[in-house]
Amino acid sequence: MDIIVCVKRVPDLAEADIVIDRSQRDIEKDDLVFDINEWDNYALEEAVLLKEKLGGTVTTITLGDEDAEEVLRRALAVGADNAVHLDDAAFAGGDAYATAKALAAAIREMPYDLVLAGAQAGDDGYGQVGATLAELLGIPHATLVTSLEVDGKIARVRRELEAGLEEVMELGLPAVLTIQTGINEPRYVSIAGIRRVARREIDVRKASDLGLSAAEVGAAGSKTEIEKLSLPPAAQKGDILEGSTAVVAEKLAAIFASKGWLG
Amino acid sequence: MNEILVLAEHRRGELREITFDLIARGRQLAEKAGAELVAVVLGRGTDGFCATLAQYADRVLVVEDDALRDFNSEPYQAVLAQLISERQPLLTLIGHTACGLDLAPSLAVQLDAALVTDCLEVEIDGGKLTAVRPAYGGRVRASLQAREATHRIATIQAGNAPSPRARDSAGEIVKLQSPLAEEMAYKKLLEYVDTAAGEIDISQSEIIVSVGRGIGDPKNITLVEDLANALGGVLACSRPVVDKKWLPKARQVGISGKTVHPKLYLAIGISGAFQHVTAIKGAGMVVAINKDPKAPIFRVADYGIVGDLFAVVPTLKEKIARAKAGK
Ligand SMILES: Cc1cc2nc3c(=O)[nH]c(=O)nc-3n(C[C@H](O)[C@H](O)[C@H](O)COP(=O)(O)OP(=O)(O)OC[C@H]3O[C@@H](n4cnc5c(N)ncnc54)[C@H](O)[C@@H]3O)c2cc1C
Repeated sequence: MDIIVCVKRVPDLAEADIVIDRSQRDIEKDDLVFDINEWDNYALEEAVLLKEKLGGTVTTITLGDEDAEEVLRRALAVGADNAVHLDDAAFAGGDAYATAKALAAAIREMPYDLVLAGAQAGDDGYGQVGATLAELLGIPHATLVTSLEVDGKIARVRRELEAGLEEVMELGLPAVLTIQTGINEPRYVSIAGIRRVARREIDVRKASDLGLSAAEVGAAGSKTEIEKLSLPPAAQKGDILEGSTAVVAEKLAAIFASKGWLG
Repeated sequence: MNEILVLAEHRRGELREITFDLIARGRQLAEKAGAELVAVVLGRGTDGFCATLAQYADRVLVVEDDALRDFNSEPYQAVLAQLISERQPLLTLIGHTACGLDLAPSLAVQLDAALVTDCLEVEIDGGKLTAVRPAYGGRVRASLQAREATHRIATIQAGNAPSPRARDSAGEIVKLQSPLAEEMAYKKLLEYVDTAAGEIDISQSEIIVSVGRGIGDPKNITLVEDLANALGGVLACSRPVVDKKWLPKARQVGISGKTVHPKLYLAIGISGAFQHVTAIKGAGMVVAINKDPKAPIFRVADYGIVGDLFAVVPTLKEKIARAKAGK
């Protein structure tokens, strides 16, 4: 079973101050901490779990600048056998469609039974790359997958719907599945583990290596463009209680008491 | 054609709420563009849906086929691709839901259409599609514009539209021949499974104390549980807490968990992602405890405490216990 898993390096904004940069089309990224996209981390784990069960190979692929290599190293440390890095100035500024197009061009030339991707990325949040890739490759897909079993040429998956409902589906392989969080428990990767794969070779490819012209990829090959980013109004709906911990706790308890909730 | 197409979403015999969001959005766009609002119903045994939608849409296009009974992106894509190529609508609106996410991207590729997903706002002006959508988990707003394309598709985030206005007279219902020839073998729906059922139904609770990823470690959850008990409420959580298997799915609040309507919703260490807060709109009072003053949860909170939950929660529990004891 040959599995390809698409991963992306994204900024972790949990505690960050977000600043829109001067172009107005991106955020300031210099001071941010980056990591593998949360959804992709689950996809990577799922690929490695499948390989451990069924044998075969895991190839991880990313599109991004030279810093994106660190998510490939991480994937190798987790258990991927090969890593492909689509790195070309021409790829910059691409939308989900342009990204999927470059990924499809690279993946088409590789052996695969299954392609996994995250259901969405924490930065753009388009939720579009996996299913777009499937259609470009001419194979079926299922998005938001929360469980996965492979039986010969068939994948049996659960897809997450709304309100706790899931659907059980069967797909013919090869297929693209986009993975939802919670499908597994991603393993911990130590710095030492990443150091051990520091010298493993990474297959770096440019647009021309994929038979694509600069006009077909990146911003030029996109179907949409970002005009402007802004920060949503910080409008607070209610009251922020002020004071020491003891004071704010007292105030809140008094509010609850005034509602008659404290019996 | 001068039409705005809206895809009706239904599941297990019911039209889903998103359909009415799409109808309301579609109507606004149609009015501005001088276009007709057209609802598309794909299914089997859809007379009831069509009658309902005809109250709002100028026209309802129906394709009935066994393969369309339940949502499946493959037959849906085949039928919609044909419909859109024939009718050349100004814009097609689809829900940004589990169905829409499975359908819109591949449909757009087949049609070579420009697609914008998860839209909060959409405009179509002289055939040009622009949209506002969230990025970075809702902490940034992105204004996008679609490049020139033969077709345009937008998926719309649920829950932001006004109630749709009914027409004076019912719109026309047009039954179309199903273009589906043979059965598609690739993708089959086997069954639905309800994963949120469990020992407890949090949607019945009056007081909900909910814990998020900010709790850091499963052993800390007792802190929040103690507070829930002091308030006579139930313990609930955000999705990451369930993803990490710290609490069962039955306790998850959100779009893929439970929708709740308590008189008090106390969110602790929860950032306030759209997928979470959309399910607490019915709460009487929302209170948030979060150490990040810019956390989006404060946008929906009636009262907020900016602080470390590990300091605030035990103190709050103590104050509540004291108040209850009448001191
Ligand atoms: C298709 C789909 C469906 C989804 N369905 C759901 C759903 O049903 N329910 C749901 O909840 N999410 C859902 N999500 C996920 C959602 O997008 C968010 O990722 C999730 O809600 C974030 O959970 P959180 O707020 O607990 O975690 P985070 O966003 O990580 O927030 C943690 C918060 O804790 C705060 N914090 C950290 N430490 C402390 C401390 N010591 N004291 C005080 N505060 C602290 C931080 O400031 C932060 O605001 C869904 C996503 C997708 C794509």
